[in-house]
Amino acid sequence: MKFNKIKYIAFLTLSLLIISCSDDSDTTIQIETDFSGTFVQKDQMGRPAVNTVFVSSSSKDEFNTTIPSQQSAMFQSMFQTNLTALSPAFANSEDKNALGQDAAAFTGLLATDVLNVSLDGTTTFFDGTNVLTGRALADDVITVELLLIFGGEDFTENPSLSDDNVSANDKPFLTSFPYLASPW
Amino acid sequence: MKKTKILTATLLVAIIGLITVAADHIDAPAVSGTKADITDFYAFQGEDTNNIAFVANVQGLLAPSATSTASFDENVMVEFNIDTNNDNVEDLVIQAISRDGKMYFFGPYAPSSTGLNSTINKNAIKSEVSITPYGSSAIVANQNGMKFFAGPRDDPFFMDFAQYGEIIGGNASGFNNPGSDTFAGSNVMSIVVEVPKSQIGTSGTINTWVEAKTKQ
Repeated sequence: MKFNKIKYIAFLTLSLLIISCSDDSDTTIQIETDFSGTFVQKDQMGRPAVNTVFVSSSSKDEFNTTIPSQQSAMFQSMFQTNLTALSPAFANSEDKNALGQDAAAFTGLLATDVLNVSLDGTTTFFDGTNVLTGRALADDVITVELLLIFGGEDFTENPSLSDDNVSANDKPFLTSFPYLASPW
Repeated sequence: MKKTKILTATLLVAIIGLITVAADHIDAPAVSGTKADITDFYAFQGEDTNNIAFVANVQGLLAPSATSTASFDENVMVEFNIDTNNDNVEDLVIQAISRDGKMYFFGPYAPSSTGLNSTINKNAIKSEVSITPYGSSAIVANQNGMKFFAGPRDDPFFMDFAQYGEIIGGNASGFNNPGSDTFAGSNVMSIVVEVPKSQIGTSGTINTWVEAKTKQ
């Protein structure tokens, strides 16, 4: 009986050894790339310069961590206050930009910081005809924004503030992917 | 009168902190100077007009001397968000994260949850491209009907930010003509993805934005 028990244990041990041996030899060593974990939002961006220009200093981090669907409710009034304080072109309540938007309408659009992109054709921030259908690399977005902020109803107000006179990149863009110029 | 108006405007500009910078470069204290600082976001129709190209740039104002040692942070996920039904909530995401010299891409796919916290669904469409080293020609991967690039590029942003600073500081009443591009000669770390329109909607307008998320 006791002998049988020992034999049994010995057999079991041997079996386990064999199993683990064969296990070792069959397994190719494969380290799977680890993509686990939770990633927490630090920065976000839709349209250029929105956080920089329209969000008060103390609220910039908060704006970056507010989801777009809640941004208008939380920030539109701050945007409007800052816009009317910033631009003489919005000094009077009836003032509008060249898109026909008053301060409330303009900041209502900008406070939800997403980039609208057309799937049907020209994609540009503004090209004189198409408005907010995307953002191409060559778009002079700062001048467009300065014009909408300072340029008044017909883009003629505050001319010294409404164009930075830098209208193109310092290197030409590529016509093919990846489109951006090689680094300096 | 006009001068006073301009002076008032410039002072107010300074007060609300316009001095910070440009498109989204160093826009907020929590991200400035970190590898999670988004500098710019672009979305445009590709050379193949059936496609949309998305560009996310991080780590702005890299001097050429700093670019050779610049790298993506493996703890920072860059997430392209796509809203296809105009409620400003993401319906699809494309997630990019670097591992050991490669940039991995997941999506476009519908995330199990939306908002500030993200996880990576390893079962989503997965693509990868080797990160182009500084000084090498661009390495492009064609996978799953999409194109991918990751690596240093010239900063495509342009603006006379220096003169803006002068205006804000009360040292100038307006921009110069011609202006001077403050971002000339500087680089960024770029992620570029080109996706068939059929994978992100078919027609109409989508809303898009980019997020930098750090591993908890």
